[in-house]
Amino acid sequence: MRDKILYILGAVAVLMVARNIYLISGLPGEEAQGAIFKIIFFHVPLAITAFACATVALVSSILFLVKKDFKYDALAVSVTEVGLAFLAGNLITGSIWARIIWGVWWAWDVRLTSALVCWILYASYLMIRHAVEEPTQRANLAAVVSIFAFIDVPIVYFSIRLFRTQHPGPVFFSSNGSFPPDWSLIIFGPLGNLFALCMLAALFTMIRLRQEETQRELDSLRRLAHAF
Amino acid sequence: MRFARQVLVIAAKDLRAEIRTKEAINASAAFALVILLLFSFAFDLDPDTNREIASGLLWLVFAFAGTLLLNRSFARELPNDCLDALVAAPIPGSALFIGKALANYVLLLAIELLSLVVFGIFYNVRWTVQFGQLMIVLALGTWALTIMGTIFSALTVNIRLREVMLPILIYPFLVPALMAAIQLTLGLMKGKPIGPDTAAWLPMLIGFDLIYTAASVVLVDNILVG
Repeated sequence: MRDKILYILGAVAVLMVARNIYLISGLPGEEAQGAIFKIIFFHVPLAITAFACATVALVSSILFLVKKDFKYDALAVSVTEVGLAFLAGNLITGSIWARIIWGVWWAWDVRLTSALVCWILYASYLMIRHAVEEPTQRANLAAVVSIFAFIDVPIVYFSIRLFRTQHPGPVFFSSNGSFPPDWSLIIFGPLGNLFALCMLAALFTMIRLRQEETQRELDSLRRLAHAF
Repeated sequence: MRFARQVLVIAAKDLRAEIRTKEAINASAAFALVILLLFSFAFDLDPDTNREIASGLLWLVFAFAGTLLLNRSFARELPNDCLDALVAAPIPGSALFIGKALANYVLLLAIELLSLVVFGIFYNVRWTVQFGQLMIVLALGTWALTIMGTIFSALTVNIRLREVMLPILIYPFLVPALMAAIQLTLGLMKGKPIGPDTAAWLPMLIGFDLIYTAASVVLVDNILVG
């Protein structure tokens, strides 16, 4: 049953992305930026999906600390890894865009810096998992780091906001008509990239979750074998 | 009342142990001096640049020297299983944590004041012009360093590569606090009091201190006991 859900989810998500890529390729280039602006159709939903992953990681970390059930720990690590990959995708697409429009790969700007700091924070979550051998201790410490990291995200964002900004402001559904509403639908619509990428993230998380569960089963079997 | 006494007992114990051995504070102070020396080769030293780079440089020195000090905070309890005894003692984990944080705070402030004096002499920066406000920023920024350092010192005490893990973990978390402290200190080093252009950083720094102190107190039992 779970396998079938996975396959269907994956197939639908891939079809949606394919449809959107077809739609995006048919759009005209933007007046000032040319074709490179089309990166926004992936850049923005990647960031939102990564943020959704971080929220799931926070909730499952709290649930682990409350219930001490290892399935929440497995979910937290799976969804964090997937979220990191999506955030890396966001950083990379942004960097490619910046190289062409700003002429540099990187600028120490509000959103870029906060995205990078978030990435490093969640990478340190994975590092601490690798450094702790004992499963219960690992799960406890990792859950605390995950909660700390999530608290830091808005603080980082607001602190850097006070500092400087160069990143373009939000363009979707704005009244000045800079971004046509039917283009916004390619991201936010019911068949849009955001929904498709969220489904892909859910799919990857479920696959990773299964690996994690298999790993735990193997560990416990090994321990059982050593006991005899 | 009882909680406060427990906190003070832990803090006094840590301070007494440190003053008798001086191992962490010596290493940390020496390290701060060495970095201050190294920075003199990294930059062209004229009074204008000095004032520009002073605050960033100082807070980096505080952060680097601080991790050396904070690393020892819980690691010191490992020999003879003292940490297990402390956790088993009839005090809440939060009292243990705040007690240790207070001791670290005092030690770190001492190192920072020493660094400030040395810095003022070597780099010819008159940091005493806005003395009162600088001390407020120093107190708030140091509490941010201390609270994060102490909680992560507890977190990393039993794991592999402890000495390496602590700085890797805490610096990204400290980004907002360090940024606020650096921005506030920058103006003060130039002799300007905290004005409308920098005032927004102050609530930011206070908020960071409050939020992470609360989060640490709530979560410390999960780290120490599991």
